[in-house]
Amino acid sequence: MPAEAPTADHAVIDCAELVVRYGPLTAVDRLDLLLRAGEVVALLGPNGAGKTSTVESLEGYRRPASGRIRVLGLDPLADHRALMPRIGVMLQRGGVYPVLGPRRVLRLFSAYYDRPRDVEELLELVSLDAVAMTPWRRLSGGEQQRLSLALALVGQPEVVFLDEPTAGVDPEGRRAIRKVVADLAAAGVGVLLTTHELDEAERMAHRVVIVRSGRVVASGTPTELATTGAGESVSFVAPPGLDVDDLGARIGAAVSEAEPGRYRVDAPATPQLTATLASWLAERDATMTDLRSGRTLEEVYLDAVGGTGAGTGAGPGDGIAGTER
Amino acid sequence: MRAFSAQVRAETFMTLRRGETLLLTVGIPVAFLLFFTTVHVVPTGVRHPVTFFVPGVLALAIMSTAMVSLGIATGFERGYGVLKRLGSTPLGRPRLLGAKIVTVVLVELVQAAVLVPVGYGLGFHPGGGSRTPGSIATASLEALAVAVLATVAFGGLGLALAGVLRAELNLAVANGLYLVLLLAGGMVVPVGKLPAGLGALARVLPAAALSDGLHAALGNGASVPLEAWVVLAAWAAATPLVAALTFRWE
Repeated sequence: MPAEAPTADHAVIDCAELVVRYGPLTAVDRLDLLLRAGEVVALLGPNGAGKTSTVESLEGYRRPASGRIRVLGLDPLADHRALMPRIGVMLQRGGVYPVLGPRRVLRLFSAYYDRPRDVEELLELVSLDAVAMTPWRRLSGGEQQRLSLALALVGQPEVVFLDEPTAGVDPEGRRAIRKVVADLAAAGVGVLLTTHELDEAERMAHRVVIVRSGRVVASGTPTELATTGAGESVSFVAPPGLDVDDLGARIGAAVSEAEPGRYRVDAPATPQLTATLASWLAERDATMTDLRSGRTLEEVYLDAVGGTGAGTGAGPGDGIAGTER
Repeated sequence: MRAFSAQVRAETFMTLRRGETLLLTVGIPVAFLLFFTTVHVVPTGVRHPVTFFVPGVLALAIMSTAMVSLGIATGFERGYGVLKRLGSTPLGRPRLLGAKIVTVVLVELVQAAVLVPVGYGLGFHPGGGSRTPGSIATASLEALAVAVLATVAFGGLGLALAGVLRAELNLAVANGLYLVLLLAGGMVVPVGKLPAGLGALARVLPAAALSDGLHAALGNGASVPLEAWVVLAAWAAATPLVAALTFRWE
């Protein structure tokens, strides 16, 4: 869980009304995104939501159909040469000479930049010193991902784009990547990452932007997202198969069993409700193992990408306006 | 400059590390030279077959490096996403392309350094040994100019294929083209020995123009025919242009 929100108020990515089309298909549909220095933002969404198209537009790989993009105040296409030395990119997969090992390819990339990071230090940072001479094609999936990450950092970038950084990485590697991302943010680097894994978004990002069909459907800090609509709902875990209609009648609100054993009450969390709920369960000798006001990020996410659209607005104090259209 | 020289070193390292590339660029030309000068299976129509085969395999060497080796490697780099990844570094396309050209030239120098001594060892005499120092200098310059034009033409052709075809298909097409141009390009079989129709077609292709040029300059001591200059220059102008217009980086 990120320790704190970013302090710097300097926007390193400012993207408004971005539209990306591939022929008749609209991959990104009027997407707004703001990222400040020292901030980690996760673009979260199912496959095909437009995450990669968004990131690749910001990196200068795509020409948007319309919209305005500024990365470090520059246009990624028109100011390509000025921008490239200042950003770090991790593509979704590959992108490395198959016959070169981590040390050789990091040395090569370090020659592209004016003030590169020390190669040996980077190898250690991503724990590749033991396989520094192993050709890329013989590295494991996790090692390849960590090398891609190191390559994104070699030029001391001010903004880093990480497309699915933890895909195919084992838990230890994930922890290493999370640490690197946290250190980058602490050093004032802006980090935009994409993922379809809720857990990773929640652990790494200060702010989560949920996209579906090329649009932002919800955004905010993980806490804000989870407590969106917290005043109106309570969820708890108890033995499956309870009589929700009877409970609903007692409480005076709709109760549903979202999945076996996980219940949701559409009412504000009041001491009265908690007491009523507890006594109703006690009468049935049912033990409650979890009680929370609001929803899990997973519920928010599924709600948002499932397209039901209810209660998925931006959280308070969020930098993105107008996420519901 | 640091980026450029690092890229040249990396490209050279990778080229020399690929066993199949060395086989293609050095192994096969040397083997052809040794085989055809020893076993007279091809009617060259000249008194000393080696006089025909040294320029022929030099032409083959240029085509192997500039078209096949460069094209296939670039195609796979595109397929692996390497070219795309380089697109978001400060390296830039001009320096990447420049590094590839320098690497091709370096490999060609290695090829010449191997093939020419082997040729002399087999009894090769430029112009049949009846040349003045002045005419040798002129012929060398002509040969060099032919080699440069051919490198540009074949390099452009290799990149044009690599820029549009899937890596595996590019590999197949480049190798197929190599075989066809090897046989119909005056490299091991004189174009004059081909059936008339095929010969006429071969003469407008860059391979025959390259070997005609080298045969003239290095072999029989004549001047490079105008036709060869025109054909080579036209291909050298056209293929890089096509490559530049059609190349897809990802």
